[in-house]
Amino acid sequence: MTQSLVVHGLYMLYVIAFLLGLATVFTWVERKQSAIMADRIGANRAYLRLPFTNVKLVWWGLFHGLADGAKMLLKENFTPATYDRFCYNLAPWLVAVSTLLLFAVIPFGGTLEPGRLFAPDSALARFFGDRSYPMQIAPLDAGILVVLAISGIAILGTMIAGWSSNDKFSMLGAARAASQMISYELAMGLAVLAMVVTYGTLDLGAMVRWQSDHTVLGLPAWGILVQPLAFLLFLTASIAENKRIPFDLPECESELVSGYFTEYTSMKMGLFLLSEFVHIVIISALVVTLFLGGYAVPGLGAEGLTFPGGATWALPHIAVVTLQVLAFTVKVFLVGCFQILVRWTLPRFRFDQVMTLGWKVLLPLAVLNLVVTAVLRWWATT
Amino acid sequence: MSAGVRKKKYWNEPEPGLWERLYILEVVRGLFITGGVFLGNMWKWVTGRKGAVTAYYPEELRADYSPNNRGRHVLTLRANGEVQCVACNLCATVCPAYCIEIVAAPHFDEPAHPKAPQRFAIDYSRCIFCGFCVEACPEDAIRMVKDVPDLPGFDRDRMWQTIDLLTQWQPTRDPRKPYPVAPEPPRHAEDARR
Repeated sequence: MTQSLVVHGLYMLYVIAFLLGLATVFTWVERKQSAIMADRIGANRAYLRLPFTNVKLVWWGLFHGLADGAKMLLKENFTPATYDRFCYNLAPWLVAVSTLLLFAVIPFGGTLEPGRLFAPDSALARFFGDRSYPMQIAPLDAGILVVLAISGIAILGTMIAGWSSNDKFSMLGAARAASQMISYELAMGLAVLAMVVTYGTLDLGAMVRWQSDHTVLGLPAWGILVQPLAFLLFLTASIAENKRIPFDLPECESELVSGYFTEYTSMKMGLFLLSEFVHIVIISALVVTLFLGGYAVPGLGAEGLTFPGGATWALPHIAVVTLQVLAFTVKVFLVGCFQILVRWTLPRFRFDQVMTLGWKVLLPLAVLNLVVTAVLRWWATT
Repeated sequence: MSAGVRKKKYWNEPEPGLWERLYILEVVRGLFITGGVFLGNMWKWVTGRKGAVTAYYPEELRADYSPNNRGRHVLTLRANGEVQCVACNLCATVCPAYCIEIVAAPHFDEPAHPKAPQRFAIDYSRCIFCGFCVEACPEDAIRMVKDVPDLPGFDRDRMWQTIDLLTQWQPTRDPRKPYPVAPEPPRHAEDARR
């Protein structure tokens, strides 16, 4: 009991740090990557001065995110003249919390056996014994359903934000956000359903294990190889759910000022912006878990590396765990960079185009994919 | 959506083929273009070169400034190190922005130029870089060079450039307008000898 509490407490600390840290890094990556893509330099002026010295740490503008956060916190909390006080204050939290909660079911590493991390027969090793914990805050059987359910709550947050601001821009943004997110939720759910049929489980940890255990043409059977169409649909639908360019209709600056959070200031707006970047991390983590083998490194088992020739290299437990966590982080980072690449490459859709794409292209394709998957699955089992 | 309504046809209406209408393939092509630019620039940065066309503004001079660019003012010096300006106030008079301030002082050590500026200052918060001062100067005492003055600041009062900052022109280092090596002897002295 105490052992579980300690381990899960550490997991939660790690996940919060991972999410917020990576989200902050992505604000920097977004600036720098878009700048480098456009032959520019990017943010490079903010610095930390070492106390009592003249040494300025610029670090390629990494501290701009810090400066932005400080600015957000120090801004005046300006509110519109008439607004629904309770809902207006609730909305940013609904969005931010539901976004952060999504990560609870995502496995960020293999199985941790804390007793094996320490020297045998030491006090800590005896304290943990031979217990083992999957590296996942909540190893739920219905993991992927929880993801879909909680991401639905974020829609509520945006709708409440738009409605309670008592502003036409916010209202229009909220209406757009609601219709867009609901239509893309559908395509995303069907794409996920195809993956559930393929893997035969709803548990995200089991999905990752399935991908490591099977092979396709000699390669590990990662979801992207088994279900490329579902990967495409899922990625598109999740970017649309994140309301970023090319799907940024709910918050488009040219028509709706900032859409549903027009009337928000200071850290309340900061929460909306932060949850957008946290959402990038979440989408990346989901894509990695469902389609890119999760934390798995090809050839890395619980006891060490196995090379293609059959040679093995035994690794201690701590090295295996670290490698898995690192692999997950690197994959999440790269997928996030890909999302930023998409965001700075594609032009925006019109709203009717967004709806057409959602209902007339993605949804039929997702249904078709699901039907074909189900038939193949049935054919394979009989 | 009545039958009589026809969609307006624009002269530059795009006519996408099947390839473009599939969209996803064009998306992939676009991603390859931007990703390629990113990787190329990133490779330059990683290998220690500059992967951007932007200049770091105050620290770096833009590469495409013309040699005739009217940037910073310089006050030319005589070979003996004295300021060539004779404090005639012509530049301050012609200046459309009224940004030049000259305080004259007697300078009897040199009989040919008995007047010299005690204070010569340009307010760069008002200067419009028109170059009239250079045109007006009868002594070739003020010139403009292509690099920009150190303009960025938080305070208008700190945008004055005084004589110490302006007299940085080295006669021997300007190949375009070299200064005569030896000063000419005063004309009236020759006349007197004759």
